[in-house]
Amino acid sequence: MTAVLAIALAEAQIAIRNRWVAISVVLMAVFSLVLAAAGSAPTGTLGADKLSITVASLTSLAVYLVPLLALLMSFDAIAGEVERGTLPLVLTYPLGRAEILIGKFIAHLAILTFALAVGYGLAAGAALWFDPRAGAGLPVLFRLGWTSALLGAAFLAVGYAMSALARRPGAAAGMAIGLWLVMIVLYDLGLLAAVVADDGGRFTTEVFPWLLVANPADAFRLYNLAASEATAAAAGIGAAAHAIPSGHALASIVLWPVAALSLAVLAFRKVTP
Amino acid sequence: MPNLTFSEVTKTFGPTRALNAVGFDVAPGERVALLGHNGAGKSTLMKIALGLIGSDSGRISVLGHTPGSRAARRGVAYLPENVAFHPALTGLEQLRTYMRLRGEDTGGAMGLLEQVGLGHAAKRRIGTYSKGMRQRVGLAQALIGNPRLLILDEPTSGLDPVSRRDFYATLDGLAAEGASILLSSHALTEVEARTDRIVILSKGVLVANDTLAALRRRAALPIQLQVSARPETVDEVAAQLAGERLNGAAVSIDCGHDEKLALLGRIAALGPLIDDVDIIPPSLEDLYSHFSQQVPQ
Repeated sequence: MTAVLAIALAEAQIAIRNRWVAISVVLMAVFSLVLAAAGSAPTGTLGADKLSITVASLTSLAVYLVPLLALLMSFDAIAGEVERGTLPLVLTYPLGRAEILIGKFIAHLAILTFALAVGYGLAAGAALWFDPRAGAGLPVLFRLGWTSALLGAAFLAVGYAMSALARRPGAAAGMAIGLWLVMIVLYDLGLLAAVVADDGGRFTTEVFPWLLVANPADAFRLYNLAASEATAAAAGIGAAAHAIPSGHALASIVLWPVAALSLAVLAFRKVTP
Repeated sequence: MPNLTFSEVTKTFGPTRALNAVGFDVAPGERVALLGHNGAGKSTLMKIALGLIGSDSGRISVLGHTPGSRAARRGVAYLPENVAFHPALTGLEQLRTYMRLRGEDTGGAMGLLEQVGLGHAAKRRIGTYSKGMRQRVGLAQALIGNPRLLILDEPTSGLDPVSRRDFYATLDGLAAEGASILLSSHALTEVEARTDRIVILSKGVLVANDTLAALRRRAALPIQLQVSARPETVDEVAAQLAGERLNGAAVSIDCGHDEKLALLGRIAALGPLIDDVDIIPPSLEDLYSHFSQQVPQ
């Protein structure tokens, strides 16, 4: 355990020096504040409190930003050590490869969670400032917070797996960006095209919901919008949100980090120093 | 029981046989130098002992354990060739991390850095260090927690002569307390004085494994006698001794070990023709060339 924490501490020091902490916090803060300000307009028409509206916008933001930040933080984790030549030495110390990876994971997840807390905290503050009823939206915001952290955890672990498979930082960065594009942007576009082509057939009713849940980003969106009062404020995915039990979406969000981290450990074990 | 044992260790990389049935051991308190050309298999052998790569066949015992097992790693320190660290960390932060990984109290970090002459730069980022300074961080981490076996790949590369001397003095101290040391080096003269035994690898084959004195006897390389004469007598001295003129006033003669005394008698008999005589035994460089050329096909 000491060894895991030692790795986590060193990794946190590196992230502070490399400005990753500052970059993530500033990005989350700026985007959250912008959305909190923009979220004030439709309040009257929907009748929901200002914070619930902001959470709906923040959910859409988090789907893009959290995986991106997580992948940017993690793609270098193993490939960078291989490239710098720092891996052989650390592997001769009495700790396992899984412990090295978990140490890095703890540090990166802590930084990401801190950035989320700052960003969402600012959004909550702004909403409460302008709308006394906004306190009603706090449970929804809290749920957005911990599910965002889980989404980040999934993509951190996926980033480690890419890093171990690529073994070179350049290739790992390319794979990370490609993966982000596929899982976050193209996946939904592909599903949308398939649903349109299917025109309400078996694919739309039976396969589509499972494909949606299988992607952690979509599962995250579904879970947060399913129970939200402000579903109508979000894009068309809200309709699908009601077709899938939110337990399935939650299971996907929880299982992804575990599965991806296990995959990353397996890939890391195959790396010859 | 030896702290490190290699027995019939063989390793191939594709068509290349990097190590071919290599076997030797390192006893507690012993300092062994591993010599060989680039690509002779030194680093490969070290990485196998550390469990970083596996061997194709053969038996390796590290402190009585399998290489790379946690029990083995607890007692072994390693200094890789061209050691590298994360450039964003300071020397002190990096060393503290390694101490935590070994479960050691980090209070001694500054002391260790001072011991390797890095006290003044401890709080600077490693990215700003010179190669020699990074090498010292590498040495400092290898000294954490009194390891029982040190595996050092080119430990003195990038160090100035004074730092090298200090480094070997540190190793002497560790060996005196019973640690085993296996180090590779290209600086043969420093190895000559500072190690107990020499192992020479050539193209993956062990061609020598003995003390320096025993290797000298076995190689039976000629001893060189250098006779200093005077400019007016140097030709006569060269003719009488059947030697070779080196420069304006010196003559060099090669002789076998058993001819040495007779030749010295003849030199002494020249009396006033000569000034001085030096006996130069075959150097480690000569021995090294001799043994590394004995490559079995």
